[in-house]
Amino acid sequence: MQNSELPDPFEKAREASGIGYLNDQNDPVKMLLRHKDVRKTAHDYKTFQSAAIPGRIVIPSEVNIRKTRQIPFELDPPIHGLYRALVEPWFKRPLQEDYTAELNQQITSLVDATLEKDSVEIINDFALVLQSRALTLLLNIPFEEAETWISWGTHVFRSEDSDLDADKANILYDYIDVQIEKAIRTPGEDLYSMLLASEVHGKKLTKEEVKGVMVLTFAGGRDTVINAITNAIAYLAEHQDSLERFRKEPEIIGKAVEEMIRYFSPLTQMGRIVTEDTQVCEHAMKADSRVSLCWASANRDSAVFENPNEIIIDRKVNPHVGFGFSHHNCLGATHARQIMRILLSTLAEKVASIEVFDFKENIEDLQDFQRKVGYDFLYAKLNPLTK
Amino acid sequence: MVKITFITSDEEKIVLEGTTGSVMELAVEHNVKGIDGNCGGVCSCATCHVHVRPEDMLKTGAASEIETDMLELDDNADEYSRLCCQIEISDSIDGVVLKVAK
Repeated sequence: MQNSELPDPFEKAREASGIGYLNDQNDPVKMLLRHKDVRKTAHDYKTFQSAAIPGRIVIPSEVNIRKTRQIPFELDPPIHGLYRALVEPWFKRPLQEDYTAELNQQITSLVDATLEKDSVEIINDFALVLQSRALTLLLNIPFEEAETWISWGTHVFRSEDSDLDADKANILYDYIDVQIEKAIRTPGEDLYSMLLASEVHGKKLTKEEVKGVMVLTFAGGRDTVINAITNAIAYLAEHQDSLERFRKEPEIIGKAVEEMIRYFSPLTQMGRIVTEDTQVCEHAMKADSRVSLCWASANRDSAVFENPNEIIIDRKVNPHVGFGFSHHNCLGATHARQIMRILLSTLAEKVASIEVFDFKENIEDLQDFQRKVGYDFLYAKLNPLTK
Repeated sequence: MVKITFITSDEEKIVLEGTTGSVMELAVEHNVKGIDGNCGGVCSCATCHVHVRPEDMLKTGAASEIETDMLELDDNADEYSRLCCQIEISDSIDGVVLKVAK
């Protein structure tokens, strides 16, 4: 097996019953593993709701560490649509030319600096830096702010010892509170100010609602983006030929990004709360119980994807659910896609090969399933392309 | 050149000409409102949904199984629905009229 592979731990259960079981802090979860069930359930917001107690649809549950409702994530239609419409144009800004140009410049300078070094720890010194700097663009705030976020380390909610770390969560919440107050005193052109000036049903967003959007923006796009970047580097270290293909056929980069998102599935799963007794895939689901939409399993479903356990770098038809599906599909997907597209094209332009010296895999413990999601550390060297 | 007409949800009529690539790429290139093509054309996002004018269905052909699966959960989908990232520009679709889905 190659080091960069992410094995699929769900295959047997997906094919046998379509369901997995997880006991999460005494609030058990039935995991839906098949592509079709995952999509159908994600779409049926009436039976499978998101607007439960804040934190309960997240796995592992965050009910004990936060009270703030993440918005629009922990709302259901139709109210969800009002908040989503409010933030959607802002989160499409990554498609604008000036945004892309700045992101390109950020990534180019980071890759250039990395090429100078004999060994780089990719998670802390590359992926976290790239993700944090890029977030200043998404929030439209000064570049220097990235230093603060980099100093927090790789996990906003999780620490090395436990899945859930209230102290770390508080760092983020306290920080966001301060930033909201700052934006109230001196409004600017940033996301905080835009939200504070926005209205839903003729009423200004409350501070708590603004905080809900900001927490989602920070938390949703941190581990996920870092894992996507790190996994891409590990993959390219073992597939130098893909760098070569990106140079010769840059038009496949968009497809390569989608394929990596499918294969890496940076977010393993997301939960829903069952509102009435029902059935999925012939399994009974009780009202007020939890189900999960296991994106990582759905993305390896051989009923949908040919050779699901291989990265086919120019896979043409790829109905993956790596960014979720239906109403709640990833708000940050446009930003994430631009990061990945620019990263791959910059690496192709400047890097001949990547050597990995040492790494430790990050294995997510889902009791019956052990899933590799990325790395705890990955030491590597980028070798420059000499023209 | 192949001529393709888009009708947006505000009833704006946009006539474009193309030679290669997918209909979605042509629409995105010319900022046709309502065609986002977020996933770049691999049939994973359903942000390029159009309704083909009924008499043009023979030219475009019907939706493939994967498109149908994507569209099955879309309340606005009908028998004329296609994801236009899956329609390749070629002489055979010259003159088609596509209504951008809501």
